[in-house]
Amino acid sequence: MTNSDPLAAAGQEPGKPRNAVRLLDKYGILLVILVLSLVLYATQPDVFFTWRNLTNILTQNSVHAVLAIGMFMVILTAGIDLSVGSVLALSMMSLAVASGHVPWPVALLLGPLVGAAAGFVNGVGITKLKMPHPFIMTLGMLFAARGLANIVSGGVPHSGLPDPVRFLGSARIPVGEWGDRAQTLPFVVIFILVLYVVFHIIFEHTVFGRRLYAIGGNPQAAKVSGIDVDRHLIVVYTICGFMAGLAGLIMAGRTNSGFPNAGIGIELEAIAAVIIGGASFFGGRGTVIGVFGGVLVMGLINNGLNLNNVSVFYQQVLIGIIIVVAVSVDVFRREVSKRS
Amino acid sequence: MKWAIPKGGDLQKANEHRQQSAILEARGISKYFGAVTALEDVSFSLGRGEVIGIVGDNGAGKSTLMKVLSGLHRPSKGKLFFEGQEVRFASPSDARRLGIEMVYQDLALAENMNIAENIYLGTEPRKKVLGGLASFYDHRKAKAQASEHLENLRIHVKSVEQAVGDLSGGQRQAVAIARATAFDARVVIMDEPTAALAIREVGKVLDLIKDLKKRGISVILISHRMDDIFYVCDRVLALFHGRNFAHANLKDTNRSEVIGWIMGTLNHEGTLAHDQL
Repeated sequence: MTNSDPLAAAGQEPGKPRNAVRLLDKYGILLVILVLSLVLYATQPDVFFTWRNLTNILTQNSVHAVLAIGMFMVILTAGIDLSVGSVLALSMMSLAVASGHVPWPVALLLGPLVGAAAGFVNGVGITKLKMPHPFIMTLGMLFAARGLANIVSGGVPHSGLPDPVRFLGSARIPVGEWGDRAQTLPFVVIFILVLYVVFHIIFEHTVFGRRLYAIGGNPQAAKVSGIDVDRHLIVVYTICGFMAGLAGLIMAGRTNSGFPNAGIGIELEAIAAVIIGGASFFGGRGTVIGVFGGVLVMGLINNGLNLNNVSVFYQQVLIGIIIVVAVSVDVFRREVSKRS
Repeated sequence: MKWAIPKGGDLQKANEHRQQSAILEARGISKYFGAVTALEDVSFSLGRGEVIGIVGDNGAGKSTLMKVLSGLHRPSKGKLFFEGQEVRFASPSDARRLGIEMVYQDLALAENMNIAENIYLGTEPRKKVLGGLASFYDHRKAKAQASEHLENLRIHVKSVEQAVGDLSGGQRQAVAIARATAFDARVVIMDEPTAALAIREVGKVLDLIKDLKKRGISVILISHRMDDIFYVCDRVLALFHGRNFAHANLKDTNRSEVIGWIMGTLNHEGTLAHDQL
């Protein structure tokens, strides 16, 4: 290099390959979804591309979508929340048990609020008790919340919820008539789309959202910049817990019940969706669009294999392979972008 | 330990004058971490537009002193004065509010974020939306201000939207300095700003420090490199085992003597073997 200005010299030219890498970085997940959809369409042309099937995919994955957005927020700060499955169950049980005794608005709010409370406890534990890693605190909550879910319910399912409580999880909005039948759109699909738009705005356009990226990228930098990292983390875990509670409300609405074993292992699926969506496990990287893509990829694979009558066991194998492939592609992509 | 006998009789007078016009002064600062004494009764003052070099061996207390001055640590004993007024910092943001900025050795930049976002980390430009209902990050303003500020400092980058992770060591140091001076900085504290740089980038960073001095900004420079100290500083202060050891105007001392102070020897002449190192 002959550049006489050393401070200007070292950043490389943003040549075409680099731009291609950037684009792939941002929208690669959409490409994967497109390819998956085409494959599914090719194998099941009569079923896959129907209104009913497409809205089904979104509805069936609404719980995952809500959990994944909270999980993404936590992973963005280089944390993890293992407790969301248990917190989902605790919230679901709380609102199901309460439904028989309190007015419906109280029961409806109780689910998300119980979730937020559990998340708050996680956040305070991680920051104030100085846990070595969020893994420990949320592992504790995983057991404690599951136990509480069984305690509140006496270990048995409670069914029969008031309609307004079920609304979010089960309402269907009529959208018109075609294919000689009245078609509906599940309300939860609209809810998820709005939720993702709101979170996209939070992450990209609010000071709070940008600070979460800074905390994930370099917590020390955030701290010496005067950002109250602990307070941000408490808010993040509280929101993640709130999302788990919301997921509990959706699941309760859909099944018209609460059962204490709900959501066992679902935290791992939420983590998988976030990672497949391109978020870095070490924090500071990832987008809401990516997370939505990650949820859709898992949903499409499930849907495709179901439509083609492939056993659920193969689905698990496939999801496992995809997680590993997605992350190794990510590692490779980053190496390329560093070299170019 | 005693203070070094200053060479040249004007240092005493200069000190008195400096204390009257000092922008930042530390008196009798001590800092203990449990049973460990990091600083014991350290005092110094910094004039307006002055560049002071702080030297000392590893563990001499330089970094701890800087962290006290920038509000990251609270001193166990002693007082800080800013423009003659006693100040207490509960956090770095208190110090920043007065215009005391720190450029950390590990740079304290978030590599995943772009240059503009790093410069305004913690002091993000905001815009009101929905009639003041919400406050959003003003990306456009951040980019425009960052470009202008870098141009003022004659720091050249291709775009303020470049991720800091893609920059060279010198560029990162320049961004860190730009960050420290983004808002009316009065005092900039730099911890080994040239330690991790390629040789050709060192001069650029040192010139940047001279530039700050010209703008009336006071600089505290921690460095192991005598070349840095003798190129930019007005005065040099040595710490040894957490205490004041010696200090002098730069024109009244020489490299060999300052190296002696770092080793803990006074009135050091160029006859000892370690001078050859």
